[in-house]
Amino acid sequence: MSTDTHAAGAHDHHHEGGHAHSTFSGYMLGFVLSVVLTAIPFWLVMSGALPSKQITALVIMAFAIVQIVVHMVYFLHMNTTSENGWTMMALIFTIVMVVIALSGSLWVMSHLNSNMMPMHQMSGMK
Amino acid sequence: MSPDLLKLIFGRLGLESLPLHEPIVVGTFVVVALGGAALLGGLTYFRLWGYLWREWFTTVDHKRIGIMYMILGIVMLLRGFADALMMRGQQMLAFNGSEGYLNAHHYDQVFTAHGVIMIFFVAMPLVTGLMNYVVPLQIGARDVSFPFLNNFSFWMTVGGAVLVMASLFIGEFARTGWLAYPPLSNIGYSPDVGVDYYIWALQVAGVGTTLSGINLICTIVKLRCPGMTMMKMPVFTWTSLCTNVLIVASFPVLTVVLALLSLDRYVGTNFFTNDFGGSPMMYVNLIWIWGHPEVYILVLPAFGIFSEVTSTFSGKRLFGYTSMVYATVVITILSYLVWLHHFFTMGSGASVNSFFGITTMIISIPTGAKMFNWLFTMYRGRIRYELPMMWTIAFMLTFVIGGMTGVLLAVPPADFVLHNSLFLIAHFHNVIIGGVVFGAFAGINYWFPKAFGFKLDPFWGKMSFWFWVTGFYLAFMPLYVLGLMGVTRRLRVFDDPSLQIWFVIAAIGAVFVFIGILAMLMQFAVSLLKREQLKDVTGDPWDARTLEWATSSPPPDYNFAFTPVVHDNDAWWDMKRRGYQRPLAGFKPIHMPSSTGTGIILAGFATAMGFALVWYMWWLAALSFIAMLAVGIGHTFNYHRDFDIPAEDVIRTEDARTKLLAGAK
Repeated sequence: MSTDTHAAGAHDHHHEGGHAHSTFSGYMLGFVLSVVLTAIPFWLVMSGALPSKQITALVIMAFAIVQIVVHMVYFLHMNTTSENGWTMMALIFTIVMVVIALSGSLWVMSHLNSNMMPMHQMSGMK
Repeated sequence: MSPDLLKLIFGRLGLESLPLHEPIVVGTFVVVALGGAALLGGLTYFRLWGYLWREWFTTVDHKRIGIMYMILGIVMLLRGFADALMMRGQQMLAFNGSEGYLNAHHYDQVFTAHGVIMIFFVAMPLVTGLMNYVVPLQIGARDVSFPFLNNFSFWMTVGGAVLVMASLFIGEFARTGWLAYPPLSNIGYSPDVGVDYYIWALQVAGVGTTLSGINLICTIVKLRCPGMTMMKMPVFTWTSLCTNVLIVASFPVLTVVLALLSLDRYVGTNFFTNDFGGSPMMYVNLIWIWGHPEVYILVLPAFGIFSEVTSTFSGKRLFGYTSMVYATVVITILSYLVWLHHFFTMGSGASVNSFFGITTMIISIPTGAKMFNWLFTMYRGRIRYELPMMWTIAFMLTFVIGGMTGVLLAVPPADFVLHNSLFLIAHFHNVIIGGVVFGAFAGINYWFPKAFGFKLDPFWGKMSFWFWVTGFYLAFMPLYVLGLMGVTRRLRVFDDPSLQIWFVIAAIGAVFVFIGILAMLMQFAVSLLKREQLKDVTGDPWDARTLEWATSSPPPDYNFAFTPVVHDNDAWWDMKRRGYQRPLAGFKPIHMPSSTGTGIILAGFATAMGFALVWYMWWLAALSFIAMLAVGIGHTFNYHRDFDIPAEDVIRTEDARTKLLAGAK
């Protein structure tokens, strides 16, 4: 778009919160955290430190979620003030949508699986 | 040539792919070919190609792109409506042992094409076109955030439409219904090209829709003029914002579902097959996660149009602006929580069905709040019954009926009786025609003078209005009756002769609607001829309230010579009340984006790739893909992206307007 309109649109916003500026130490911290958060799950699987596979899987999932947050904060520079809070708003909306779609689908499909799969029912009837 | 070589070059495409055995299709082809040849010949004879290419096809001006979207929508409306007339004719005739005039193979394609075209290539372009035209003007911007992307999005939508139209004469279209449920749409049951046309048409058009969604969100968030805070935005801009958020959040789901379906069809995966662990029910679940937001994508902008129209033609500020905004946002979120009501009968348990039944009923609350806001806006207003207002009143009456039948269908036990019946067909036509189509027509009649500088002819407009409205009721009220009697959708022949009378009434209704469409085309033609009498030089023919009416009609390329400053919700009304004086001096050069042919070329290659994938012409698919990459990369080396409109040109344009305004007084 023309720089004119950009300027007109951006002028009164820019001071309140433009892009969050990043520093070398910020990137390094994010990198180190990512490496650590990746290494621990590898170690968990390879050493079999936890008693059951299920717990291991859940712990890995938890690490993955923390990893996502680390990426967003240190690499995508998300915070509550960048772009006047629009990025945070978009993030919250995205999370709400994804949670609705995933949990809803799982709920619906588990119902359909138990009610509608003929093989399943027959084995239950025996 | 050897058959192997032919197969390598043409894939599945052969002479037998042409539907020469279908006299109806051949007849249509002859008419379309003659009409198309006449059009192309005319363009060549009058040497219009250069003009069209320079001023329209390659333009990045949001106003022209908006107008092209509207033209696409209206052209495709004719195709989609031809399908509707054929269905009504078939169902009216196919009684007492008669097979009607459409064989099953053809009839199934007709109802599929009707649904796909009406949603993706009529409703979506009309809505997107209006948003594209109006939103930047309403927020006082010079264009959208990414003007080139806008041009590309439009041509991708056209590319999808081209693929659907091509399927009419080369091969066939899907015979699966408009959402192509597997297992029917899997390769085992639909081995022909129909479903592939469906997939690639929607994928190509879907890219355009998603990108235009991103573009408009960015425009609304970033390019509002000074003073226009979120809660001072016009309601149409608000509903556009929410619609585009819905587009960006939901269209990727459609893209992924169709991609999985194409993997099933092309490389033999088993996502949605009956065996090897596939689940067709997952397809139904996923496609409605897109599909339900989609209907709100269509209807929210229509709500915005009605809000603008109601407050303009009642001469009052919109009643309950804040509640209107919150209702829109609530609908945006809730539209994600109701998708299962499209398949109550698929076998979920009572808890799932009641949850989704209740969320569906809840969504009628914000919608009802909007309805009351419009009514209270009209209350004690000085209402002018111009065409946009007439469409709005028709919408209010019609949409309430459709909404109530919707709440009825939201009750799961009732849905077990009515699922897939003509009652459902009547319901969603009631809300889509009553909401989206009437909204688009209100918008066309309302903003046409802004786009072209003259009003639309009221006589033919009223003809169109009355034929559409009566035609709608004649066509769909019988379907409610039939649905309650248990007639299911998509039937081709009927056994019970007592049903025939209802189908005859519905067919008469369809003919009324057809006359309504013709009257609308007549309205355009007559208005063009009478443009001197219908002329508006003020730029504000309706005494309206929002910023788009502050500039001339049609607006100059740069929309506003100076970026307006906003102090109030109804910005232009506020400016008029405070005795706003147009600035007459001090104009500066205006920085604008340049036209580029890259969008249409890229979309052309994308369409060719879609066509190639439909027919298994792998070399062509690969070639067009590489060409797309090459053109895309080439475009990054195009440094002639912008130019300045010199101050003299701005002064000339603005002086001409000053003269016109002085003459009008």
